[in-house]
Amino acid sequence: MSFDEIVRIAPYSLNKREKEELLTKRLLELTEHHRRQCPAYARMLESIGFDEKHVKRYTDLPFLPVRLFKELDLRSVAEEAVVKTMTSSGTSGQAVSRIYLDRTTASNQQKTMVKIVSEFTGSGRMPMILIDCPGVVKNRAMFSARGAGMLGFSIFASKKMYALDDTMRLDVEGLKEFLANYRGQRILLFGFTFMIWQHFYQELMRLKEEGITFDLSDGIMIHGGGWKKLISEAVSREVFHQRLKEVCGLTKIHDYYGMVEQTGCIYMECAYGHLHASIFSDVVTRRPIDFSECTIGESGIIQVVSAIPESYPGHSLLTEDEGVILGEDDCPCGRKGKYFKIHGRLKDAEIRGCSDTYAEKYQS
Amino acid sequence: MTHMQKNINLEVLRRVTYLIGSEDLIAKLPNVPAIVPFHDTIIEFLNQVSRVLMGNRAVRAYPDLVTFAFWIRKSSVLKQKERFENNEEAVTLGKGVAFHIAPSNVPVNFAYSLAAGLLCGNANIVRVPSKEFAQVHLLAEAFYQALEQYEELRSYVLLVRYGREKAVNDLFSSIADVRIVWGGDRTIEELRKSPLPPRSGEITFADRYSVAVIDADSYLRIEDKARTAEDFYNDTFLTDQNACTSPRVIVWMGNAIEEAKEMFWEEAYRVVRKKYNFQAIQGVNKLTSGYRIAAAESGVKIRRYMDNRIIRVSIPRITDFLMDYRDNSGYFYEYNCDHILEIRALCDDKRCQTIAYIGQREAVQPLLQAGVKGIDRVVPVGKTMDFDLIWDGYCLPSLLTRTIHLI
Repeated sequence: MSFDEIVRIAPYSLNKREKEELLTKRLLELTEHHRRQCPAYARMLESIGFDEKHVKRYTDLPFLPVRLFKELDLRSVAEEAVVKTMTSSGTSGQAVSRIYLDRTTASNQQKTMVKIVSEFTGSGRMPMILIDCPGVVKNRAMFSARGAGMLGFSIFASKKMYALDDTMRLDVEGLKEFLANYRGQRILLFGFTFMIWQHFYQELMRLKEEGITFDLSDGIMIHGGGWKKLISEAVSREVFHQRLKEVCGLTKIHDYYGMVEQTGCIYMECAYGHLHASIFSDVVTRRPIDFSECTIGESGIIQVVSAIPESYPGHSLLTEDEGVILGEDDCPCGRKGKYFKIHGRLKDAEIRGCSDTYAEKYQS
Repeated sequence: MTHMQKNINLEVLRRVTYLIGSEDLIAKLPNVPAIVPFHDTIIEFLNQVSRVLMGNRAVRAYPDLVTFAFWIRKSSVLKQKERFENNEEAVTLGKGVAFHIAPSNVPVNFAYSLAAGLLCGNANIVRVPSKEFAQVHLLAEAFYQALEQYEELRSYVLLVRYGREKAVNDLFSSIADVRIVWGGDRTIEELRKSPLPPRSGEITFADRYSVAVIDADSYLRIEDKARTAEDFYNDTFLTDQNACTSPRVIVWMGNAIEEAKEMFWEEAYRVVRKKYNFQAIQGVNKLTSGYRIAAAESGVKIRRYMDNRIIRVSIPRITDFLMDYRDNSGYFYEYNCDHILEIRALCDDKRCQTIAYIGQREAVQPLLQAGVKGIDRVVPVGKTMDFDLIWDGYCLPSLLTRTIHLI
């Protein structure tokens, strides 16, 4: 089964049984493909005595911890076939993931992303405001999940502007001009949750007091990167939505969950505040003690599967995030598939020992 | 005023918190006399500390504290004294000032280091763990109380706390006759940036790993296997299998290996399940480690016993890079061994510290005869954590004293 056949199906149209059949078939094929093409992956499967005869559903497939991509070079294509290497966020000194993409996988990531996001934004490109500084994409040393997100979403832009300068100050004049130029069109705003709050919302608030306001009621905002920093400032999703609405009239706001290791298959938040799995991927929650599958409503470690990865063995990954499946096929928004919530990162282990631990550079 | 005293920068000393002691006592330290090892006053003093600890109900909640209190009792110390008694031709004296850097992660370790320093006749500056362990507080309190009856020893017990500040390390190192650095490679590297006076020595406790050698047939003959499982738990899980003494590899020898393994893990699991506080990320960490070595080497088998608490990784051969793949919190390499010299690469490494054994101690002998660069302790399973004045390859009574030759 090729990905081209899958990508033609509407992203939220299959029910549990249909999706399970589709993903099981595709993911089994990918497992076999990577076993043949990536010797390190083959040895990992051998080490756990994996036998595909025992796979009834895709949830029976082995999963690799995402951290392995920071420690090993895992590729299922010849080095010459790699057209792009993606790296995950990493502050200096920290190991970064290296994800190797060939033409097919890179292109399938993009197609998938377009299919998923269009379900929320409508098709066609839009004028886009990136709520970040240009340096985050231009400067390779700074290149991070933020940069990757920016670039990924830029495919939806007919015209784009960076709302912040490299000192993280809001470009008020530029923003005025951009909005004036594209008056009457739907504007796409994209950024990282914390950046939006800190450098966009806070600044709009200040400007409002000076009598300068912006009308973004026609806009649609997509944001990601997690809530950790905002929760520590006691800003919940509700507060975030409420305040943005008050300050600039923005009502269409969608969080998303995704990772460099499975680019393309992002999980978009619907109007009910639920993250949704499309037919191209899925989330499975697992119990920490034995990795058995959690039931709906039970929190566990997030496993993600994706039908895309052909150039690296990343079709089934165990993340270090914790979350909960809220339901399947029955979200009031009408989308089929699982919907869920992310609680955040698993806590680092606190362990004893004779060797002193030196705090590693802290990861956001 | 001596030259030394003039050099002590009081400004630097203000960055230090004193659990016991003061700036003033530190400033006078270079003039404090050394004492003969195992001096009666010191023995009585430690016995008093032990009594205070034993008399405190709060102490009983901490087995590590109770063990320490036993270790410094008069009767136990007298046995040590006998072991390290002087010979006729020489007199030993403490070196003078001992500067101890305790590991930040082990609550009671600093107290053993201090007791060793005292017993050998030194005045001690001890940097205690930065973490607020209850044990540290209880110990400081006991030493403080005991000092009230031993005013003359005030300069010999100085407990301090400060951040990773080079200026303070510099100062304490400049007056140290011996420096004792726990806490592993990184901490040693930090302390080495602070010079010691030319005649001063240093004892460093670097990053180490340990191995268990189990004779399957001897194990199967053990009647109280539950006791053995407890012992093994104390050697490993009690410190998240992350102490330098915790076995990371289990080397199986003998005939009935498979039978022994089955019973061994069944018993171990029972204890681990009851006692060990499993943290969610540990399962992910161990799976990552298992896959890392599996990716590097063929023939590796990852098995979990029941669940993610115990991860067993069997390896087809011992390589010299095996310990680059070590993990903790219940992650065990297992190797079936026909002849002990097959594990030579594992032991011919300066990082290899303890061999914990079940069966005959002599089984390890061929390795020592082969002249391996590692292995500093060979002890029965259950005893890996028992502190002794001979530790980590060092005979502390010789290194913390100087020998005055008399003819």
